[in-house]
Amino acid sequence: MKTWIAFWNILKKDVRNYYLKPPNISWGIIFPLSWTLMQMLRSYGGVNLAEIRNLLPGLISMSVLFGTTSMLAVTITFERRGRSFERLLLAPISLSAMVAAKLSGAILFGIFNAFVPVIFAAFFVDLAGINWGAVLLAVFLIAVTSTLLGLMIAVSAKEVFEAQTFSNFFRFPMLFLCGLFIPISSLPVFLRPLSFLLPLTYGTDLLNRWILGASMMSPALSIVILLGFAAALFALCQYNIQRKWIL
Amino acid sequence: MNTQEIVTVTNLTKRYGDFTAVDNISFSIRRGEIVGLLGPNGAGKTTTINMMIGLARPSAGSIFINGLDVVKNPKKAQAVIGIVPDESNLYGEMDGFDNLCFCGALYGMTKAAREKRARELLDQFDLTKAGKRPFRAYSKGMRRKLTIAAGIIHEPEILFLDEPTTGIDVESARQIRRLLLDLKGRGTTIFITTHYIEEAERVCDRIAFIVDGRIVARGTVSELMESITHGHTLRLAVDTDLTPFVEKLQARFGDCGVELQSSNAITLTCKERIPLSPILQYLDGMGVSVFEVRELRPTLEDVFVKITGIEAARLRKEKEKGGLGR
Ligand SMILES: Nc1ncnc2c1ncn2[C@@H]1O[C@H](COP(=O)(O)OP(=O)(O)O)[C@@H](O)[C@H]1O
Ligand SMILES: [Mg+2]
Repeated sequence: MKTWIAFWNILKKDVRNYYLKPPNISWGIIFPLSWTLMQMLRSYGGVNLAEIRNLLPGLISMSVLFGTTSMLAVTITFERRGRSFERLLLAPISLSAMVAAKLSGAILFGIFNAFVPVIFAAFFVDLAGINWGAVLLAVFLIAVTSTLLGLMIAVSAKEVFEAQTFSNFFRFPMLFLCGLFIPISSLPVFLRPLSFLLPLTYGTDLLNRWILGASMMSPALSIVILLGFAAALFALCQYNIQRKWIL
Repeated sequence: MNTQEIVTVTNLTKRYGDFTAVDNISFSIRRGEIVGLLGPNGAGKTTTINMMIGLARPSAGSIFINGLDVVKNPKKAQAVIGIVPDESNLYGEMDGFDNLCFCGALYGMTKAAREKRARELLDQFDLTKAGKRPFRAYSKGMRRKLTIAAGIIHEPEILFLDEPTTGIDVESARQIRRLLLDLKGRGTTIFITTHYIEEAERVCDRIAFIVDGRIVARGTVSELMESITHGHTLRLAVDTDLTPFVEKLQARFGDCGVELQSSNAITLTCKERIPLSPILQYLDGMGVSVFEVRELRPTLEDVFVKITGIEAARLRKEKEKGGLGR
C-alpha cells in the first residue's frame, strides 16, 4: 500500500511536471505529424492520402521512440542535476518500484504519442478491420523497451545536453535500421544483424502484422523477444543505477 | 551493546580512489539525544551522513539504525529516518505545499494525512503564504526551512541534518535551532553536522570533532572542556590590592592554586568544585569586599583549537565560504 502511494505520486508528479507541459505536448503532436507528411511526399512523389495506411506502422514506431527516449533521459538528468532525484533514491520503496514509476510516465507519454499519427490517418483513410487491442499491445511493448533505452542513456549522462545528444545518437540510426520506413530486407546485408539486436525491429514487425497483415516473424515470437528485451534492460538499468548513483 | 543506542557506527571508512574521505570512525547515538559532528569543510561530514542514510556505500565498516543493517538493508532503515541534505533539493517548479505533500507520499502517507501535516508544518515555519508559491522563488532561509519540513513530514524517529544553518539569515537559523530542541523534546533523535562551534555547543548533547576524516575528540560539551582544563577556576574581583594576601590565601586554601591576576583580582584553581562561602568569609574577615565571582570556563572554541590545532579563525573563514557558497 505504501509502495503504491509512492509509486502513484511519483508518476503523477512526472506527468504534471514534465509530460503535460505545453512544449512537450506540442512536440508530441507536431513531430509525428510533420514526419507523416514528409514520408508521404517522399514515398509517393505527392500527397497520396490513400497510402497513409502503409506508412502507419513506421510512423507509430517513430512517434513512440521519440516520445519516450529523450523525455526520460532528459527529466532524470534534470532531476539529478537539481539533486531532487536523491529524494527518490532515499524513499523507503524498492529501487525497482521507484524506477518503474519513473518509467511509467514516459511509457504513457509514448503511448499518447503513438496515437497522433493514428488519429491523423483516421481522417483520410478507412482504418476499419484493425485489431486495436493488438496494436495497443505492440505500442505498449515498443514504449517499454524504448523507455528503458532512454533510462540507459540517463544513467550514462551527466548533463541534460549529453542526455539529448546520446538519445539522438541512438534513435536516428534506429529509424533506418528497424524497418520503420525501409524494409529490413532492403538494407545492406552487413547491417541486418544489427537490426535484429534492436527491440524496435520486433515492435515494428508486430505493427506491420496487425495493421498491414504482413510480418517477418510470428507475433508470438516477437512478443517473447520484446518481453525478454524489457526484462534484460530493466535488470541492467537497475544494476547500473545501484552502481553509479549510490556512490 | 547499549539497548538505548539507536544508531551504531563501527569502523566506518570511505575511500575515493586513493583518497580516504572518512577514516575508520566509530560512534553511537542514543535514543532521544542530539549528536553533532563538528569539523571544517572537507572533513568528511557529508560523506559520513551519506553513508548513514544509504546514499553512499562504505568502503569498510558497519552502520546499524534501529537494529537494521543500513549497508545491507537501506530501504528498511530509510523508513524510520528523515533527511535534510546540505543543499535544498526540492522541486523548483512545484509550490511549497505540493513539495511537502509529495515528500509525504514518498513515505506512504495517505492524502489526508500528508495534507494535514503539510499545512501544520507550513504554519510552524511561517511559510503558510509562501506555500502557494513555487519553491524556486524562495529565499535561502525559506528554502532551508521547507527542506527541513520535508525531512520531518513523516515524523521520523531519527533526523539527519547536514549543516542546516549554513549560509542562511540569523532569524531562520535561530528558528531552526529552536525547532531542533523542540523535536528533541518530543523524542526525536537527531544527528547534525556543522562547522559552527557555537551551534554545536548550543544544541548538541554530545559532539564529535572530525578532521581529515578522523574523529579526534568526542564527548559532552562539559567533558570536552574538562579534557583541556584541569579542574575548576574561580576569578574573584575585590576592592583592595590583594598582593599582600596571596600567601595567606594559599596557606588557607592549600588544595587550590592561587594566582594574582591584577592587583585586585585573583584566581583560584582546584581539582574539585570550589565552595564559595569559606572564601568569602575569609576575605570578609580580612576586610576585603568581593564584588564579583566568576567561574572561568574555556569555550568550546578553545577546546576545538587545542585539540585539532586548527585555528578558530580558519574555521570562521570556512563559515563565510559556506555562507557565500551553496
Ligand atoms: N564523490 C567524491 N569523489 C571524490 N572525492 C570526494 C567525493 N565526495 C567527497 N569527496 C572528498 O571527500 C572529502 C570530504 O568531503 P565531505 O564529506 O563533503 O566534507 P564536509 O561535508 O565535511 O565538508 C573532501 O575532500 C571531498 O573533496
Ligand atoms: Mg558537507
